[in-house]
Amino acid sequence: MNEFALLFTNLDQTTKTLDKIDALVEYFESASDRDKLWAIAILSHRRPRRTVSASLLGAWASELSGLPMWLFEESYHVVGDLAETITLVLPPSSEKSDETLTYWIEFIRALEPLDVEAKKNRILEAWLRLEPTERFVFNKLITGSFRVGVSQSLMVKALAKHARVKENIIAHRLMGNWSPIDDSYDHLILSEEIRDTSRPYPFYLAYALDEEVESLGDPQEWQAEWKWDGIRGQVIVRDRNLFVWSRGEELVTDKYPEYRIFLDLLEDGTVLDGEILPFSNNQPLPFSLLQTRIGRKKLTQKILHEVPVAFIAYDILEYNGIDIRESKLSERRNRLEEICMRQEATALKISPLVAFDSWQGLRQERSRAREFFSEGIMLKRKDSIYRDGRRRGDWWKWKIDPFTVDAVMIYAMSGHGRRANLYTDYTFAVWNGEQLVPFTKAYSGLTDDEIREVDRWIRQNTIEKFGPVRSVKPELVFEIAFEGIAKSTRHKSGIALRFPRINRWRKDKAIREANTLDDLKTLLHANF
Amino acid sequence: MSLLEFTGNGIYCPAAGVYLDPWKPVPKALISHGHSDHASFGHGSYLCTTSAAPVIKHRLNLSGNIQTADYNKPVSINGVEFSFHPAGHIPGSAQIRVAYKGEVWVFSGDYKLENDGISEPFEPQKCNVFITESTFGLPVYKWKPQREVFDDINQWWRKNQAAGKVTILAGYALGKSQRILRNVDPSIGKIFVHGAVDSLTQLLRNQHLELPSTTYVTSEMKKKDFEGALVLCPPSAIGSLWLRKFDPYSLGIASGWMGLRGARRRRGADRGFVLSDHADWTGLNNAVKATEAAKVFVTHGYSDIFARWLSDQGIEAKAVKTQFEGELGEIAESGIDESKAEAA
Repeated sequence: MNEFALLFTNLDQTTKTLDKIDALVEYFESASDRDKLWAIAILSHRRPRRTVSASLLGAWASELSGLPMWLFEESYHVVGDLAETITLVLPPSSEKSDETLTYWIEFIRALEPLDVEAKKNRILEAWLRLEPTERFVFNKLITGSFRVGVSQSLMVKALAKHARVKENIIAHRLMGNWSPIDDSYDHLILSEEIRDTSRPYPFYLAYALDEEVESLGDPQEWQAEWKWDGIRGQVIVRDRNLFVWSRGEELVTDKYPEYRIFLDLLEDGTVLDGEILPFSNNQPLPFSLLQTRIGRKKLTQKILHEVPVAFIAYDILEYNGIDIRESKLSERRNRLEEICMRQEATALKISPLVAFDSWQGLRQERSRAREFFSEGIMLKRKDSIYRDGRRRGDWWKWKIDPFTVDAVMIYAMSGHGRRANLYTDYTFAVWNGEQLVPFTKAYSGLTDDEIREVDRWIRQNTIEKFGPVRSVKPELVFEIAFEGIAKSTRHKSGIALRFPRINRWRKDKAIREANTLDDLKTLLHANF
Repeated sequence: MSLLEFTGNGIYCPAAGVYLDPWKPVPKALISHGHSDHASFGHGSYLCTTSAAPVIKHRLNLSGNIQTADYNKPVSINGVEFSFHPAGHIPGSAQIRVAYKGEVWVFSGDYKLENDGISEPFEPQKCNVFITESTFGLPVYKWKPQREVFDDINQWWRKNQAAGKVTILAGYALGKSQRILRNVDPSIGKIFVHGAVDSLTQLLRNQHLELPSTTYVTSEMKKKDFEGALVLCPPSAIGSLWLRKFDPYSLGIASGWMGLRGARRRRGADRGFVLSDHADWTGLNNAVKATEAAKVFVTHGYSDIFARWLSDQGIEAKAVKTQFEGELGEIAESGIDESKAEAA
């Protein structure tokens, strides 16, 4: 695993994209095909199944290092990463290992049938044979995915360079249902043949419009649609099979039985891009309803009845088994209309176009977005091809302004990873009479300088510590922005926010000026 | 009445009427070393080691009201015997031993056990009560021998040189920078220093500390002057315009905080070298044992945790709040605030 550990170190030691690509290419050039395939899998978050629980690992590490469990846990709170904490507290290794990455992954997979005692012996043996970085990588393979600043597109670039295959082809080959266990490097990366009929296309993702809409030029060149607040999805019908993928590259076909009818509606060799949306009486429902459905293992009749789901299609990527992503949006749109309007189906809707002649006119439409249960407008260039990944230029999301509320920070927790050992996760409260009631958490939105300032303030104004959480003096006021608000029985405040984040630090406000729970409840009624 | 008390002004010895490293102005102060969270402005009179005095005078702009004592030479104040003993933290740094009527307390100041080649090496002192720092008082902090760290630094410098990049290493101006100068391989290339590092380095050279020659970076210098060079700067220079003139460069940070990946990544540096002037977990434990103290007070750092650990080991230990370094997170962000960052 030395080579992979070295790759990890090289990736971790630089913030520059080009250096990262070089490091990856260098690794791909020297590694065996098996190791390469595993490396690709790990960096695209396809790690082997977890065979040992995190709590057992912690207990064993604490035992082997002669530390009481409480001290191990305190250390973990500071480090913010279990794999790293274990690596650091253990005594130095006593041997060297020159086994490969594949060897260690097989080692981890082979733990599955063993009993706890046997697992423990194997793990301790491994720890004492690995150098610190290797040990960290090994722990990461067991506990979770790597975050080394390697995005999918960065890996695709490196792989394209190494394999001398075009980037968009590599991006497509890496999609979907493959596993290093039953695939080979040659087959996955180099072969033209697509064995996997479920394989989705890479999603094209839009950037947020950060300039005035007029900067896009002639409105005639643009198509506008509502921006839906659901789950991005891809529907595939091939060989009389239906596959539904979510943007997280998760196969979710079974979660949406409403879509089974697509086998009747769509011909083989059809792939649609769109939004999975809770939908009833010809209009979308709040996203929070969908959330109550996503998490369920078993879909009851009741939930299917309460939260029916439709697919709002906005693009077509494959038609008659032919990849048509290179054709113009306007042409793809015609095809899509043809297919979707062929028959009426409650589960398949086409995303309607928003008509406009001028940017000013579209601005007006956008201000009505909430009436249509939409988050704003999507703008797509009519003559654009369907690209992969997040790219600037052809697709833009033009969201409506979020709701905002002024709230008081009352708890803080230290973050993980890059934010470890720094108080970055805050809980906010609003007034309910004379009481501050917590109603949301928020993690992002402050600048690094502000985070440090708030961190320092928290340390000086802690009232109580509960493990990693601190209650702090109610003094700081922040403006919280959010996209939606819904009733919730799980929260003490009775409400749940959608995408809460910190908009700005209101240093000019005293806590008495923060909003009240009633203010929030008013939004609740106004909203949905 | 205790021999030493923890007060709002600092650590106080009522029998002698003096303070140790006070953070608020007091009539008489004994100072462990020159970092600004230990040597503060505005006291009536100062007493420190002979070798710490030049830096303290320079930083606090003192003229008459400072006295010095050599290491291990007791000074009597109102019948209380005070003496300074090497702490190994930076040149001139001391632990302060306080003896009165057969009772001995030792205040550690900041310390490390490894001989860094520039500071008077740490000498453990037996005592009844030990007041220890705990900046790195967690078992995840374990330092490698400095030789290994400097091998890594030298290798990194050579690699940057080959890639046509300037090597910039950030570390605190007092202590860390001179430690780097003393231990890095000067045959690799020229060494430049930031103004903050330069003045302190000169002061220590005047005290017969032998260091490789350095050049002070001035605004007239051109990019090509820095080709293949190593540039030392304080952490506060990170992210400043000053760095631009060295582009392309590779940026490293030398600090104990770099032992954690999160801290390393947060700073956006290319490399983090784990090099600290504080004792690591093993060092703190060994130091406490060597004092044979029956009672230990734990100051700045992971004080609650380290005190609880010592109690688990059967040593009576208590965390105390001081204003040295405030709390750990602030130091973790070393470089944001120089006065808070220095001891890291």
